[in-house]
Amino acid sequence: MKRHLPLLITILLFGYAFLYGPIISLIVYSFNESRLVTVWGGFSTKWYGELLQNEALLGAAWLSVRIAALTATVAVVLGTLAALALVRFRRFRGRGSLEVMVTAPLVMPEVIIGLSLLLLFVAMESVIGWPAGRGMTTIVIAHTTFAMAYVTVVVQSRLAHMDLSLEEAALDLGARPLKVFFSITLPIIAPSLIAGWLLAFTLSLDDLVVASFVSGPGATTLPMVVYSSVRLGVSPEINALATIIVGLVSLTVLVVGWVLWKQEKRKQSEAH
Amino acid sequence: MKLKQHLPPARNLIIAIPWFWLALFFLLPFLFVLKISLSEPVLAQPPYLDLIREIEDGLVTIMVNFGNYQLLLEDSLYLSALLGSLKVATISTLCCLLIGYPMAYAIARSPSHWRLPLLMLIILPFWTSFLIRIYAWIGILKGNGLLNNFLLWTGLIDTPLEIMHTPFAVYIGVVYNYLPFVVLPLYATLIRLDLTLLEAAADLGCRPWKQFLLITLPLSLPGVLAGAMLVFIPVMGEFVIPDLLGGPDTLMLGKLMWTEFFNNKDWPLASSLAALLLVALIVPFVLLRHFERRAEEGAA
Amino acid sequence: MATLRQFKPEEPWQAPEGEPLVRIENITKRFGSFYAVDDISLHIHQGEFFSLLGPSGCGKTTLLRMLAGFETPTSGRIFIDGQDVTDVPPYERPVNMMFQSYALFPHMTVADNIAFGLKQEGMAKAERQERVAEMLALVQIEKLAQRKPHQLSGGQRQRVALARALAKHPKILLLDEPLGALDKKLREQTQFELVNIQERLGITFIVVTHDQEEAMTMSSRIALLHEGRTEQVDPPRRLYEFPSTRYVASFIGSVNLFDGYVVEQDDDQVIVQCDEADTRLLVRHSQPLVPGMAVTVALRPEKVRVLNQLDADAPNQLRGVIKEIAYLGDVSIYHVELPGGKRVQFTQSNVQALAEQPLTWDEEVLLGWSANSCGVLTE
Repeated sequence: MKRHLPLLITILLFGYAFLYGPIISLIVYSFNESRLVTVWGGFSTKWYGELLQNEALLGAAWLSVRIAALTATVAVVLGTLAALALVRFRRFRGRGSLEVMVTAPLVMPEVIIGLSLLLLFVAMESVIGWPAGRGMTTIVIAHTTFAMAYVTVVVQSRLAHMDLSLEEAALDLGARPLKVFFSITLPIIAPSLIAGWLLAFTLSLDDLVVASFVSGPGATTLPMVVYSSVRLGVSPEINALATIIVGLVSLTVLVVGWVLWKQEKRKQSEAH
Repeated sequence: MKLKQHLPPARNLIIAIPWFWLALFFLLPFLFVLKISLSEPVLAQPPYLDLIREIEDGLVTIMVNFGNYQLLLEDSLYLSALLGSLKVATISTLCCLLIGYPMAYAIARSPSHWRLPLLMLIILPFWTSFLIRIYAWIGILKGNGLLNNFLLWTGLIDTPLEIMHTPFAVYIGVVYNYLPFVVLPLYATLIRLDLTLLEAAADLGCRPWKQFLLITLPLSLPGVLAGAMLVFIPVMGEFVIPDLLGGPDTLMLGKLMWTEFFNNKDWPLASSLAALLLVALIVPFVLLRHFERRAEEGAA
Repeated sequence: MATLRQFKPEEPWQAPEGEPLVRIENITKRFGSFYAVDDISLHIHQGEFFSLLGPSGCGKTTLLRMLAGFETPTSGRIFIDGQDVTDVPPYERPVNMMFQSYALFPHMTVADNIAFGLKQEGMAKAERQERVAEMLALVQIEKLAQRKPHQLSGGQRQRVALARALAKHPKILLLDEPLGALDKKLREQTQFELVNIQERLGITFIVVTHDQEEAMTMSSRIALLHEGRTEQVDPPRRLYEFPSTRYVASFIGSVNLFDGYVVEQDDDQVIVQCDEADTRLLVRHSQPLVPGMAVTVALRPEKVRVLNQLDADAPNQLRGVIKEIAYLGDVSIYHVELPGGKRVQFTQSNVQALAEQPLTWDEEVLLGWSANSCGVLTE
C-alpha cells in the first residue's frame, strides 16, 4: 500500500477537513466580537457571558440533560435485555418481530416516530387518562424507544463475541444462571453498556424532531430552543453553546479513549 | 444456549420486556397513524374526528374518510414531494458512497495502530449536536458566509454564490451528517477482506486497479448496499436539513409532514403522508436487512 | 511412550458387584437428522482415568458435554453415583469441567477464579482461602495467585483451569482436550502431572482427546468412538494388542491388514488364505469361525522379524523388497513391497548406532512372525 500512500492521505485529509471545517468555524466565530460572520471584530468571550445569562437556554439545557440521563438509563436496560434475547436464545416465539422492531428505529425517519407516538399518547390519554398531558414523561418514553435500538446494536456485537465457555464454566462451578449473568457476563460486556449509555444520552440530548412532536407546554428541550433561535438567523450565542458542547464531547472522548488505549497497552505488555 | 434450558420464566421475561415495550411504543403507534389518516380534521383538541361516531342501541357507526389519500393522489404537490424526497435521498446516498468508500478503504488499509484513532475522528462529530453542525453550515454557505467571503477574497468569483436554500445546500448537509453511517459499515466490511485473495490475483497477473474492480469491490458490495440503505431510508423522511438549508423548491415529505401537522394543524393529512412514507420505505428496509445478512455471511 | 498406569490386578471394571460411578445408558443425541451420539452405553468406575478417544466429529465432545449438563440427551439416561442426573442442570451436578479454551474469568485474579466455585457453595472465607492455597500448591502456581489471566502464559492458564475445576473436590473431573494447546515437551510433562494428581486425589477423570498417544499413556481405559458409537472400550494394552475391529486396529498405532478367508480352524488356531499376499497365515484365535468366511488378519509392525533363511514348514513368512525407510532415531520403519504389490510395514529398534550391514532400499528381505503376534478381525 506504500505506493498509494499519498493518495490515501489526500483522501483522508479532504474527508476530515470536510467533517471538521464547519465545527472549527463555529468555534472560531464564537470568539468573534462582531455579530456578523463576515467581519472579524476581534477576540471576545462576551457571547459566552450572554449565553450563561440566557435563562431560557439554560433551563432548556437542564431539562434536556435530565431527559437524556433518564432515557440513557432505561434504554440501556431495555437494549441489553433485547441483545441478550437475540444473542443467547436461538429460537423463540416473536424472534422475527423482535429483530425487526429493534432494527427499524435505527433507520425510521424521525417525523414518523414523532407523529406516531404523539397520536398514541393522545389516544392513551383519552382512554386511560395517562399520560396526562405531554411533557418530560412522553419525551423520555419516545427517546427511550428509539435509543434502545442503538444500545441493542452495541451490546449485541460485544455479547456475540464473548466466549461462551466462560458462562458455561461458571455454571459448571455451581453458579445459577442469574448469578452467572451478574458476576460474569455483565462485567465482561460492561464497556459496551457504557458506550450504549453514552450513545443513548447523545441521541436524546440531540433530538429535535421527535421531541417537538411529543413535547408539551413547559417542556422545551435545548434543541427546540436552538432550532427556533436558528430559524431567525445566525446567533453567536449558539456558536458559544456549540463550542462548549464540542469541547465537552471531545474531552470525554479523549479521556475515555486514552484510558482504553492505556489499558490495551498494559494488557499487551503484560501478556507473554 | 444453556441459560435458556434452566430458567424458563426468566427467559420469557428477558424476551417479553423489550418486546412489549417496542410493540406498544413503536409498532402500535403506526396503527394509530393509519387510523387517524382515515379521519377528518376539525378545529378541536385533538384536531381530528374519532372514527367511531355513535354507539346507540348496539349500533356502531364508523366513518372512514379516504379523502386524505385522495388528496395525496390528486394534488401534484404531494407527488412532487415524494419525487423530491426520492431524488434527494438517491443523490445524497450516491455522494455518501462516493466520498465514504475511499475514506473507509483508506482507513482499512492504514497501519493498524492508526485505525482506531482515525475511526474515532470520524465518529467524533457524530457525538456533537447534529442541529448545531447543520447550523454551522448556514454560517458557511449563506450569501455573506464564510465560503462566499473566501471565494470573493481569492477572486475566484465576482458575486456571491447562492447556495443557501438550494438543493445543493441540502445535499451538502445530508452528506455531512450521514457520512459516518456509510463509512463505519463499509470499514467493517473492508477490514474483513482477506488480503491473500488480492495476492493470489496479483500472482495470476492482475493489476492493482483490476484487483480492486474484480475482487475488492464485488466482495464489499453487500456492505456498500447496506450502507446505502442506512442513508437512503432516513433521508427520505429528513426534516431538519431541508428545513434549515433548503428552500421553497426543495420539496420533501418530511418537511411537508411537519408543515401539515404544525402549521396547518391537519393531523389526518399528516398521518396519511406518514402512512405513504412508511409504505414507500418497506422495500428499502427489506433490502437493508437482506444486505446486512449477506455482509455478515461474507465475513463468516 | 510408557504406560503410567499403576492399576492393581483387580481392575474395578471387572469386579462383578462393583457399582460404577457413572452409568451412561443408551444415550443418543440427535441434531436434526444428524446423530452426534448414537445409542452409547458406558460404565465408568471410581478412580478411573477414562478417555473418550476418536477423530473430530465422532461425538466424544458431545458426550462429555452431556455428562457436564450442557446438552440434554435426545434419549437415554445418565446416572452419577446411583442418581439420575439426566435432567439436572450443570450447577447442581457433582461434576466439574476443565474447558479446552480454559475459560478463565478475565476480570478476576487467579485466586478469585479458583475460589469462584467455592463461593457458589457458600464456603466460609477462611476455609475458602485454605482450599485455594491447597489448589495453588497442587498445580504449583503459588506465586501467581494475584495475577490476572491475561498476564499468564498458556501453560500457566492451563494449571489455573485445572486448579479451579478441582477446587470443589468433585467426584468426577471432565477434561476437554486438556493438552491440545501445549507444545510437545510441555505436553509430556503435563501428562505425568495429570496422572499423578489423579492418583493422589483419587478423583475419576474423564478425558476427551483425539490424540491416541495421549490416551494410551494416561488412561486406565479408553473408549474409542466412531461416528457416534463406541468401537471398543478396553484398557490401552487390550485396545492395542487385541483390537476388535478393523477401525480400531488402524486407528491405534500402525497395523498391517491382510484380507482373506478362513481355510480351516483348530481349537485355538486358524489358517487364513490371503490372496493379495499369496500365502497362508496362521493366527491364534479361539472364537469359532466358519470356513470360507471373509476375515482380516491384523499384524503390528513391531511384531515382524527379519529372518535369515526360509523355513519351508513354518507359516507366516513373506519375501519382499524394501521400498521405503523412515528413520525416527530410536526406531526405523520399513515399507516392504511383496511380489503381488501389497505393502507390509515393519519396525526395528536401532539397537546399534552404526550397524555393520544396515537394511537398505531395494534390498530383499524375508519377514516372519509368530501366530501369537497377530489377530483375526471379523469386522
